[in-house]
Amino acid sequence: MIDIIYRIGHFVLITVFSMALGLLFMGIARKIVARIQKRYGPPVYQPYLDVLKLFGKDAITHGFIFDFGAIMALGGVIATLFFIPLGSWQLYSMEGTVILVIYLLAIASLGMAMGTVGSGNPQASVGISRALMQMLGYELPYLVILFALIYRYQTSSVWGLMQAQAGSFLNWNLFAYPLMAAVAFVVLIGMMGKKPFDSMIAPSEIGSGPVVESGGKYLGMLLLQKSITIIIELALYVNLFLGGAENILIFTFKMLIVWVLATMFGSLFPRFRIEDGIKFFWKWPLGIAILQAIYIIT
Amino acid sequence: MNNNFVKGSWQEILDWAQNKSINMLHYCTGCGAIELPPTMTSRYDMSRFGIGPAATPRQADLLLVTGYLSTKTLRRLIYTYEQMQAPKFVVGFGSCTINGGMYWDSYNTIKQLDKYLPVEMYIAGCMPRPEAILDGLLKLKKMIADGEADGYQRYQDNLEYYHQNQEAVLGEVQRTQ
Ligand code: SF4
Repeated sequence: MIDIIYRIGHFVLITVFSMALGLLFMGIARKIVARIQKRYGPPVYQPYLDVLKLFGKDAITHGFIFDFGAIMALGGVIATLFFIPLGSWQLYSMEGTVILVIYLLAIASLGMAMGTVGSGNPQASVGISRALMQMLGYELPYLVILFALIYRYQTSSVWGLMQAQAGSFLNWNLFAYPLMAAVAFVVLIGMMGKKPFDSMIAPSEIGSGPVVESGGKYLGMLLLQKSITIIIELALYVNLFLGGAENILIFTFKMLIVWVLATMFGSLFPRFRIEDGIKFFWKWPLGIAILQAIYIIT
Repeated sequence: MNNNFVKGSWQEILDWAQNKSINMLHYCTGCGAIELPPTMTSRYDMSRFGIGPAATPRQADLLLVTGYLSTKTLRRLIYTYEQMQAPKFVVGFGSCTINGGMYWDSYNTIKQLDKYLPVEMYIAGCMPRPEAILDGLLKLKKMIADGEADGYQRYQDNLEYYHQNQEAVLGEVQRTQ
């Protein structure tokens, strides 16, 4: 009994922590983008206020599927969170978590897709179809990288891959396999939907895509979902390429560095059209990933 | 602590959050809209007050009506307003929304916006400069924080009146609310 309560408490703690951290990161990103554009920018805590405001607003539903999609999207990312080590802090560790995480992240995207089907807005459908197509684009190079890493270290748990890079920082995959780390960074930008790979949310073209019809509380929920997604993707990158960390502070710091770099890259480029984006992913990242994989295997 | 007190202070917290974070849907029909880009970008940067653009009516809190409204655009404006989620605010921008401005004797523009939608406040000028816009929006923020911006409640309470006025110029209006 005590064990279960302890475990549930842990679930709640890790979820709340990631939400708070993700929102903070979003605030930092807005500030950085503002500074790059020579603006002052909103305060760093702006996303917290946004979420509070959104939960105070009215919201209308578009039917059961719409509600279920939003819950599925949030549930999908929370479930993913439990399999990712944050520093030395993790709930489950077993073989195969790398593959599990990729699957569970897809569930979150499918939840979004269900929500948009429920809303029946054509712009939302365009947005989500672009998001899923883009997923095809970046998952291929990412999987090639992951399988190469799994082959190299003979383990398929995130924890194991992180442990394999222990010792000096020269063991980090960032330095051991720099090409791979670069590919994963591009994939990371694509995953987070930052420019140039943000054709699925393109606010001025399809009115923010999947979230067109979500107002008020639904938007608040999706903002929380987004914040957890950011943490998952950054944590995965830090674990796989920056050697993880012994404690949560150093881990957060590493995530912050990756996030700041990704934001800066993101604010420099214009937007790819969706087909150009996929072509890009299947040309350069995939090609380099395969080269690196061949190098590892032979 | 009685229940009303808790409810009241919770409302105050929400008002405070709302005043710090406003997503604005700018309905750019009139010429005045040209003053909005400098207000949003690096020269005047309104995002430092927590005011940012919204992509769709569902996500917006503030409907900024920039300039004259022909009867055709008024219909779209009403649909847009009814899609927004309460609490929602309308700000009339430029003299065209106050009394018709230089279009006062035009055959197909409306003259007073607040006969058709509950307007929180006006920003006067033809067209208002970015400083005036920022000043107006800061006053709106203050009104929201004090709980005085209650246009959406006025709309609900006087639904009959607004519908009558709308139908007088537009004929039939499709209702979503
Ligand atoms: S108030 Fe002046 S600037 Fe604004 S829409 Fe009317 S005529 Fe144009």
